[in-house]
Amino acid sequence: MLSKRIIPCLDIKDGRTVKGTNFLNLRDAGDPVDLADLYAKEGADELVFLDITATHEGRKTFAELVQRIAERINIPFTVGGGISTVDDVQLLLRNGADKVSINSAAVRNPQLIADLAAKFGSQCVVVAIDAKCIDGKWVVHLNGGRIPTELELFAWAKRAQELGAGEILFTSMDHDGVHEGYANETLAELSEMLSIPVIASGGAGNMMDFYDTFTKGKADAALAAGVFHFGEIRIPGLKQFLKDKGIAVRV
Amino acid sequence: MADLVIVDYGAGNVKSVEFALNRLGVKPILSSDADVVGNAERVIFPGVGNAEFVMNALKGKGLDNAIKSLKVPVLGICLGMQLMCTRTEEGNVEGLAIFDTIVNKFPAKDKIPHMGWNSIKTNGSPIFKGIPEESYFYFVHSYYAECCTNTSSVCDYILPFSASLEKDNFFGCQFHPEKSGEMGERLLNNFLKL
Repeated sequence: MLSKRIIPCLDIKDGRTVKGTNFLNLRDAGDPVDLADLYAKEGADELVFLDITATHEGRKTFAELVQRIAERINIPFTVGGGISTVDDVQLLLRNGADKVSINSAAVRNPQLIADLAAKFGSQCVVVAIDAKCIDGKWVVHLNGGRIPTELELFAWAKRAQELGAGEILFTSMDHDGVHEGYANETLAELSEMLSIPVIASGGAGNMMDFYDTFTKGKADAALAAGVFHFGEIRIPGLKQFLKDKGIAVRV
Repeated sequence: MADLVIVDYGAGNVKSVEFALNRLGVKPILSSDADVVGNAERVIFPGVGNAEFVMNALKGKGLDNAIKSLKVPVLGICLGMQLMCTRTEEGNVEGLAIFDTIVNKFPAKDKIPHMGWNSIKTNGSPIFKGIPEESYFYFVHSYYAECCTNTSSVCDYILPFSASLEKDNFFGCQFHPEKSGEMGERLLNNFLKL
């Protein structure tokens, strides 16, 4: 049976892990490689590392970090943040990343999705979408949620799939950091509409939220950050909880 | 005789396989030279990317015949395993015809690619020594090898297919042992001891 995936997400700034609440108020949460190693040993199914560094030096540090992660970690990992060209992706994959997540650059240049899929294969192209519900419409936002676009979530996700995305990582900005559950209704609609896996992101507060996003939200994978980094939820306990409730998980 | 050689045909992420072997204390040689591959003590043939591209790259360097002629343990991973089959529907490419089966695209009855951790049922091959039944391995693929007499483990997603294949000194796995946590490390260790 294909299991549901639990994916801790590590936001990286200048080589350190941070976690924002509603994309603001960064707090330090430790060394990424040690944290990643701990998560892998505890049973995380995949990891995501998002580079939120703005400087050129920070980006270089991130590419080096990717290689250190790849040397140590024995599960798949995705890297994202500030990726805008085929060359960016080539460097990160060459350093040992399994997948890349693209967000703003894909909106500005949708052809990038097709170019990456053609060159590296759809399996390594994750299109991340940050969206916020405004007057009943899910509006796609750019630059870590700062800039609203004309795009609507469902239409954009469908287009990304057609262009060759291998997975959609959907973050509800309304739910992110609030710890009251994922945007399950929207996720379910997205998951049923698409033929590629959907990763739920934004809103995990307790173990039941994960159960709900796999059942009500029909998500293929659930991503969370803060609840893991600060030890509020430990992965072995979470997986046992889900298994006991009949969810297919790798324990 | 060279030790373990990873076939590096200029595409695909050979780094992950290299790092996984390093974690097991092995320093592999990366090579696209048919002579180096032909004289290896053990060969890993990883594969990520497009079947036609990889097959052409192999042929261009004489690696197709070099791999087929090997008498030492060979492990094909993912696309590497698929190209060791008779043919693949991906671009209608003829494979190395080591394993007696064909590779088809998954019917669109569930999400494709088949991506994530899936449990497998094994037939007790030595490559699965110390790996409990129904263990989970990491898969990422849109094409699958049909079950056949060479099938050494079965995975069920959309339909039952060959999670791994085995014939004489040739082994293949559809999943990625280099990314399958502890169970993947056990499988690689078993391969290193063959």
